[in-house]
Amino acid sequence: MATPKEMLTTWDKIQFGAVLPSFEDPEKKIRSKFHSYNYKVADWRVEKPVYNRDLCIDCDFCWVACPDSCFEVEEVVNKRGKKQAKIVGINYNLCKGCGVCVDVCPTPIKSLLMFPEQIDNQEALNQWPKKEDK
Amino acid sequence: MAQKYELKSKEVWDGNTAAAHALRQAQVDVVAAYPITPSTPIVQTYAQFLADGYVDGEFVKVESEHSAMSACVGAAAAGGRVATATSSQGYALMVEVLYQASGMRLPIVMTVVNRALASPLNIHGDHGDLYLGRDAGWIHLIANNPQEAYDMTLCAFKIAEDSRVRLPVTTNQDGFLVSHTAQVVEPLQDEDAYKFIGDYKPLNPLLDTKNPVTHGAQTEEEWHFEHKATQHKALMESKSVIEEVFNEFEKLTGRKYNLVESYKIEDADIALIVMGSAYETAMIAVDRAREEGIKVGLVMPRSFRPFPYNEVAEKLANVKAIAALDRNSPMGAMGALYNEVAGALAANGQNAVMTNYIYGLGGRDTTAEHILEVIKETNKNAEAGKRVTDLQGFINLRGPKLSFN
Repeated sequence: MATPKEMLTTWDKIQFGAVLPSFEDPEKKIRSKFHSYNYKVADWRVEKPVYNRDLCIDCDFCWVACPDSCFEVEEVVNKRGKKQAKIVGINYNLCKGCGVCVDVCPTPIKSLLMFPEQIDNQEALNQWPKKEDK
Repeated sequence: MAQKYELKSKEVWDGNTAAAHALRQAQVDVVAAYPITPSTPIVQTYAQFLADGYVDGEFVKVESEHSAMSACVGAAAAGGRVATATSSQGYALMVEVLYQASGMRLPIVMTVVNRALASPLNIHGDHGDLYLGRDAGWIHLIANNPQEAYDMTLCAFKIAEDSRVRLPVTTNQDGFLVSHTAQVVEPLQDEDAYKFIGDYKPLNPLLDTKNPVTHGAQTEEEWHFEHKATQHKALMESKSVIEEVFNEFEKLTGRKYNLVESYKIEDADIALIVMGSAYETAMIAVDRAREEGIKVGLVMPRSFRPFPYNEVAEKLANVKAIAALDRNSPMGAMGALYNEVAGALAANGQNAVMTNYIYGLGGRDTTAEHILEVIKETNKNAEAGKRVTDLQGFINLRGPKLSFN
C-alpha cells in the first residue's frame, strides 16, 4: 500500500493540475496508487462501523456510499437466479470511521452501527438493539 | 446545431459586442456570469445569441462573481469549453477562484473590461483589476481597440487550450474607451473563426465516468511547491505558444500581433511603455514629438503575463531614457510596468534612465498633449544622461504638482 512518502515525486513528474486518476488502466480496472483503496486512513478512526449479516438485505447502499471502498463483497446468485453482490464484511484497513454507511443503511434496525474502536466485534453484535415485542 | 450569424466583411462594433461575437464563434459550452458595468453587454449579448439559437451551450445565471468563476471551474473540470466576463469589483470577488482555475489547469477564457476598483466607487476604466489578477497564474492579453478585443478573444481560446499551456486566459480592454466605443471591426466568418480555434479537447474530464479522477486535491508542504513550479513553467513557456498562435492568426487575417508591440522604436532615443487604449493616443503624441525632432518610440507588452522580459529589453536596447506609464494607483511603490521593465533592463545589463508616470485613474482623460509633455520630460533625462526629472509623476492630476523621488 502506498504511503504519502512513497507517493512523493519531482516537479517534472507531478500529476498535471493535481488531477489524480483512480485507475492506472481503466479498462482492466487496475487501481492507481491514488485510488483510496491504496491509501490507508484507518488511523483516523475513533469509532468503527460494525456489520450485522443477520439484518442485512444486500441493498449495497453502503458499498456505493463508502468513500474508501471498505465493503467486501462476493458474487452470489439470488433466489430469482440473478447475480448479486453479497456484502461479507468491512476492510478495517481502509475505513476511516466516517459513519456514512450507517447513515445510508435502510433496514428497520440498522445492519451497520458505530461502536467504540476498542470493543470486540462479537461483543458489539451481542449489544445490537433487538426488535421490540408489541 | 447553432445557426450561422450573417456577418459583413466590416461591422461597426464596440469592444463588448466584438468580445461577445468572439465567444459566440468559439461555440462555448458553458458561460456562467454575473453582470457588472462595463462588461455587462458582453454576457448580455452572448445570452441573446444563445436565446436566438446562434450558440449551442448553457448560460448559467449565478448570484455573484465568486459563484460565476466557481461554476466556470466546475464546468471546465467537467470537460467543457468555458468562458465568462467581468470587471472591477466582480473581478475582485473572483480572485480566490482565479487561483483555483489556474492551479487546476483549466483553460477558461475571461473577457475582462478593465475598470477602477473602489473606494471611492468608480465605473470607468483603469487597470486596477488587471493588476489585481497579476499573480493569479492566468495569461493576461491586452487589447487596445474593438478589433483587438475580438482578435485577442479568438486567440485566447487557442492559447489556453493548447496542450503545452492548459492555463486560463483573460483578454483585457479599457472600460468605456474600448468597451463602449464603436469602431469598424473586420470579423471572420463563423466557420473560419471556429476552424481557427478548433474543437475543444477535454483533458481528464470529470464526466468521463469510465475513468474517474479527483480534481482539486489537497497538497501540503511535500507536494505544493512542485505543483506551483510546474504551473509557473507552463506560464513562462506559454510565450512561444502565444507567438505561434499570433503567427497562425496573421496567416488567416493579415493582422499581425506580437508579444511586444512597438511603434517607431527602431531609431528611438527615448521610449514610452504603455498598455491599453492610451497606446493609440501615445502614437499621436509620438508623431507630434518627432515633428519637433524628438526621436521617441512606444513599447507595449501584448501579454502582461507571461511578461516578455527579454523581448522588452531587446526593444529597448538602444534607448537612453524610458518612461513607464501605469494606469493603476501603485499604492506605495512604483507602478508594475516600471518594475517589470526596470527588472528586464537590469537582467540584460542595460541602464537607460527610467521614470514612472501614473495616469488615467478612474477614467481620467489622458490626451496626446499630456503624453507629449511626458515625452519632453523624458527627453531631458536622455539629454542629461541621468535622471533630472521626478521618479514618479502624475498625468492630468488637478492641484499642486505631486511627485515622488
